[in-house]
Amino acid sequence: MTRGFGWHEFLYVLHGLGWTLVLSAIAMSTGGIGGLIIALARLSRVRLPRLLASGYILLLQGTPVLMQLFLAFYGLAVLSGVQMDPWPAVIVAFTLYAAAFLGEIWHAAADAVPRSQWEAARALGLHHAVILLRIIAPQAVRLAIPPTVGFLVQLVKSTAVASIIGFVELTRAGQLMVNVTFRPMEIFPLIALLYFAVCWPISLLASWLERRLETGQRPVGRTLI
Amino acid sequence: MDYVFQFGVVWDHCDELLDGAWLTLRLSVGGFLIGLTLAGLIAYLREVGPRPVRFGLGTYIEFIRNTPLLVQLFVLYFSLPMLGIRLDADIAALVGLTLNFAAYGAEILRGGMLSIPYGHIEAARALGLSRWRTFRHVILLPSLRVAFPALSSQFVLLMLGSSVVSAISATDLTAVTNTLQSTTFRAFEFYFAATGIYLSMALAARLLLALAYVRLFPAAGRGAQ
Repeated sequence: MTRGFGWHEFLYVLHGLGWTLVLSAIAMSTGGIGGLIIALARLSRVRLPRLLASGYILLLQGTPVLMQLFLAFYGLAVLSGVQMDPWPAVIVAFTLYAAAFLGEIWHAAADAVPRSQWEAARALGLHHAVILLRIIAPQAVRLAIPPTVGFLVQLVKSTAVASIIGFVELTRAGQLMVNVTFRPMEIFPLIALLYFAVCWPISLLASWLERRLETGQRPVGRTLI
Repeated sequence: MDYVFQFGVVWDHCDELLDGAWLTLRLSVGGFLIGLTLAGLIAYLREVGPRPVRFGLGTYIEFIRNTPLLVQLFVLYFSLPMLGIRLDADIAALVGLTLNFAAYGAEILRGGMLSIPYGHIEAARALGLSRWRTFRHVILLPSLRVAFPALSSQFVLLMLGSSVVSAISATDLTAVTNTLQSTTFRAFEFYFAATGIYLSMALAARLLLALAYVRLFPAAGRGAQ
C-alpha cells in the first residue's frame, strides 16, 4: 500500500530543507572560526603553524567529503565506544571541511593585498598583529567576500552527502518520501528544485558582489563572434 | 577507549579496494574527457547559437551548478526509469559525472575565452576565417592556456565528488569500502585506507596535470598574454 504525494509529504520535505539550512548555517559559523585560525596560521611568521595549516588544507581538499564524514562517524564511535546518532559526526565533519576551504580563501585574500602594503607597515615598525588587523584585514575583506559567499553554495550542496549516513536533511527526506509514495519521478526533481531555490540566489549574490567590489578579472559579458 | 585498530584485514582485501579505485579512475577520466568535449560544444553554441539555445544552455549550466551531484544522480537513476529510460548504475554514474563536468567546464572555458583580446577575433574575421575556424583556432585553443589550471582543479573535484556514485550502487572505491566494512566490522580502518587512496589519486592527478600544463604550454607563451 503506497501513499500519494500530498500536502503532508510536501511539508516533510520542507522540514528536511530546514535541516539542510540549519546544518549549513552551523557549519558556516563553526567552520568560519576554524577557517580564521587556519588563515592566521598560514600568515604566521613561524614556520611550524604555516606547515601544519598547509598540510591540513591539502588533506581536507584532497579527500572526498563523504570519506571525511564516514571517518568522523566511525571515528567518534570508536572514541566513545558506542554507535551514535549522526548529528555530532555531521557537525564535526562539515566544520572541518568548511574550515579548510574558508582558511584557504581568506589566506589567499590576505595574500592578494599588494606586497607594498605589508612592506610599508613593517617599515613603520608596526607589530605583526597590528599589521594584520589594521592594514591587511580591511583590504582583504573586500577581496574575500565574493568567494566566501560562493563557498556557501558549495557548502549547502555538500551537506546532501549527510543523507548517506542517515541524517535527515533535504535529500534524505526526499528519499524517505520516495520510499513511502514511490513517486521518484516527481520527488527527486522537486528536491533538486528546492536546492536550486536556495543556491541560485546565493550564486547570483556572489557574482553581483564580485562585479560590485570589482574583485574578479572577468570583463562584463559580451559575445565574441 | 578500548578499541584495537587492525589494519591487517584491510591489506587482505587490497585487491577489491584497487578494483574500486580503478572504476573511480575510469569514471572520473571518462566524465572529464566526454564532459570537456561537451563543454567545448556548449561554449561554442553559447556564442553563436540562436537565443533559445543560448538561454537553454545557460539554464542547464545554472541548474547543474546550483544542485548537489547526489541529487542529479538520483534523478538520472531513479526518476528516468519512470520515463522508460533505464540506465545501469555504472552508466548512470558516468552520465551524471559527464553532465556535471560539462556545465562547470563550459563556464571555465567561457572565462578563458573572455581573456582573448578582441583584436585577434577581428583579425581572424578580416582574414576571412569561418566562424567555426575562428572559434577553434583563435578563441578555444588559445583560451585553454588560461583555462587549464581551473580545469585541472575541476577534474580533482570531480574525482573526489564521484564518491557519491556509491549511493546509486555503482561499484566505485567508496561502494567497495562500504561493502568490506560491513562484512568485516572494521569500518574505521577501511575508510581510513580508502581516504588514503583518494588522497594519493588526487595528488597524483594534480602532479600529472601540472606536468602536462608545463609541457603543453611552454613558458615562452605563458603569462605574457
